[in-house]
Amino acid sequence: MKTKGHETVAAENPRTRSIHVIGVGGAGVILADAMNSGEFAGARFAVIDTDAQSLAASSAAVKIHLETKLLRGLGTGGDPERGRALAQEHFSVLQSACEGADVVFIVAGLGGGAGSGITPVLARAARDAGAIVFAFVTLPFAAEFGRREQQAREGLEQLKAIADGVICLPNRKAVKMIDENTPILETFRISGGLLIEGVRGVWQLLVRPGLIQIHFEDFCALVRDRHSESAFAFVEAGGPSRSRDAVEKLLAHPLLDDGRALAEADAILVSVTGGKDLTMAEVGRVMEQIGRHRNRAEIVMGAGIDPEMKNSLSITLIAAKNATPKVEQLDPDNADGAETPESSRRRRGDAPSAPSLTLAQREQLVARHSGRGRREKSKMLQTQLPLAIVSKGRFDKSEPTIHKGEDLDIPTYIRKGVPLN
Amino acid sequence: MFDDPNIIVGLEIGTSKICAVVGEVGAEGALNVIGIGQSPARGVRKGEIVDATQAEECVRNAIVEAEQMADVEIRDVYLGVTGGHLRGFNNRGVHPVVSADREISADDVQDVIKNAKAINLPAQNTVVHAVRQHFFVDGQDGVTNPVGMLGARLEVEMHVVHGITNRLQNSIRLVKGLQLEVDDIVFNGLASSLALLTCEQKELGALVIDIGGGTTDYAVYANGVIRNTGALALGGDHVSNDLGHGLKVPLSRAEKLKKESGSAVVEENAKGRTLTITNELGLPLRVVNVEHLQRIMSLRLEEIFEIVAQDLEQDGALDYLRAGVFLSGGCARIPHVAKLAERVFQMQVSIGQTNSISGLKSALDQPEFNTAIGLAKFGSLKARKQGGKSSLASGIKGVIGKFIQRS
Repeated sequence: MKTKGHETVAAENPRTRSIHVIGVGGAGVILADAMNSGEFAGARFAVIDTDAQSLAASSAAVKIHLETKLLRGLGTGGDPERGRALAQEHFSVLQSACEGADVVFIVAGLGGGAGSGITPVLARAARDAGAIVFAFVTLPFAAEFGRREQQAREGLEQLKAIADGVICLPNRKAVKMIDENTPILETFRISGGLLIEGVRGVWQLLVRPGLIQIHFEDFCALVRDRHSESAFAFVEAGGPSRSRDAVEKLLAHPLLDDGRALAEADAILVSVTGGKDLTMAEVGRVMEQIGRHRNRAEIVMGAGIDPEMKNSLSITLIAAKNATPKVEQLDPDNADGAETPESSRRRRGDAPSAPSLTLAQREQLVARHSGRGRREKSKMLQTQLPLAIVSKGRFDKSEPTIHKGEDLDIPTYIRKGVPLN
Repeated sequence: MFDDPNIIVGLEIGTSKICAVVGEVGAEGALNVIGIGQSPARGVRKGEIVDATQAEECVRNAIVEAEQMADVEIRDVYLGVTGGHLRGFNNRGVHPVVSADREISADDVQDVIKNAKAINLPAQNTVVHAVRQHFFVDGQDGVTNPVGMLGARLEVEMHVVHGITNRLQNSIRLVKGLQLEVDDIVFNGLASSLALLTCEQKELGALVIDIGGGTTDYAVYANGVIRNTGALALGGDHVSNDLGHGLKVPLSRAEKLKKESGSAVVEENAKGRTLTITNELGLPLRVVNVEHLQRIMSLRLEEIFEIVAQDLEQDGALDYLRAGVFLSGGCARIPHVAKLAERVFQMQVSIGQTNSISGLKSALDQPEFNTAIGLAKFGSLKARKQGGKSSLASGIKGVIGKFIQRS
């Protein structure tokens, strides 16, 4: 369905970006396959794995099988070091896979050897090839504790240092959304589905015609340099009260920690998409509700029309949080010397030397970072103004007549909103 | 002449005016209105006193006027009370009949009434009225006098009106400060319904709404007894205030516009009509749109009726009103107000007439005086009840007692 939308954009917009979706590791391959349907038409799909079997089942156009004699056809054996070494060895292959892409979406499940090991290297290869890199990764379930958890964390830190944006889905949170009695296969499918929703959200930002356009640069600036997890949520609702329902669903979304993610976020991106009957009032309602739950975050919003969506409305929300100081102590041992200067610079919080960033954007970014403290202060000082100053005339000082929460001393015609022209 | 027990005075301290009605109880116990005194009220808001000094002076003026007109000396009054704090509700008392033959005795009736009066009220509240409705004998409804009947379980429904003690005391103290005795306090809504309704109408079921200056009091009679009462701190003042706000004129001017050009429904010919307000020299000050004026009034009055209708609908009382709705109070004078109420209540609405009382024609025709007349009527009913019992001795004792009290 989105194909049509995409093609129209392609026809009108000469700057259409070429998007590559690359699945890495067992989970990544499955996810990439799941996405390789009509919805993401226009993207080039590629899969990378060390396991020939999983690659053979994939429907992706490009399959890269990383193999050396060392592994004896058994894959990385869950060791990210091996995955990384292997990826380094085939760096040029990875780079060529990203050739010609403007945007690369990396989809992977962190925790295993391939996912945690190859993904950071691939991200750098893609950047070297001149693309903007977004990584959509899952973190292990609670049941996979121990080494996999540790590996996933390390992989994530490395990825964040390299990719332009990392959106991660901690499976332990996703489990909360899933019924206890769900079979394990189904559970994997659902958590994968959640990740795909996130990809879809970003995808739609890129290809959908937006009425209120979110510029891709805005989006990049939002997810870049927030060295922490971005929380994302995608909800859909229909019916006459769809805007309210959607916001309710959004706030109940487990990935947003019951709305806590909104309160803690430093930047929020909201994209509202609806059918042709989408009204401004609905968009306004959604934004107002979200605005009420944020604390200091700045909001980037967009609204778009999807002619296929009838009577329903979808919200994609990405909440990004600034780095916490603990990034420093989690030191990923860099196998590659070339990475070190860049990643350390990033960790210091300097403006990144990303090739896609113009001077103006950089200034904007710096201004945003330095301006935050001041803005916070001014916000705290802001006092609440009374909404409507309606004189109660002779009843100003008398005990108010309250009936069912309404102050009946205020003239009826005002309370009922009857216009006198 | 001196302390005539047949003279009964009703005093209403209203928000817009203070009114004293002097009634004389005739030989058959019928009330005859012989004098009326009134004074514009100051220091009263929403039916409650906010400036005792000003209010006291106004009460004195009204009493003096009534004394002059009726040519009597007023010593004691029945005082009307109102205010948004007053509440009415129905309470049921239960008493098991314990006698061997299961015959209900007068003592049983006393006990059940006592039980029904044992109400759990907030500490600050007192009961203004506890009116007996019907008895139930073993669940059988509609028994008016159960003495001599057989049954195991006697119940009684009481209608209780209660309010905050201190606020009720304010007006009582004010009247006592004028060397007047307060015989009893009566809820204004009840008094109005006494003045307006005939026994037949009470039996059929009727609603009396008294929209005064600061409060709207209402009472519902069904099957001959009081079923619901209530008071809202809304009234004609609110109408004037809305007009002042909406038309951007001073309150006094709004009051005048309300009386001269007001209507409870927007009249056909009001569209596009304007009024020119002039100052004392006859120079035009501003132009007021009559349609707006009437719309503002209509909305406020409609809302008042709607609130009453909602309250009654919750108790299911609206279904009992076969005699219809009767309007009273100053706002009953507003043109087409009955038409508006008819639209809200979906039943017959009329302006109340004090039919059951004779006397000064001028007083009886005016809806503003209904409450005060009803107060006097309440007094006459009470006096009649006690009348049989009063002997010469108690009469003298009462007189001496009053002397002692007053000295």
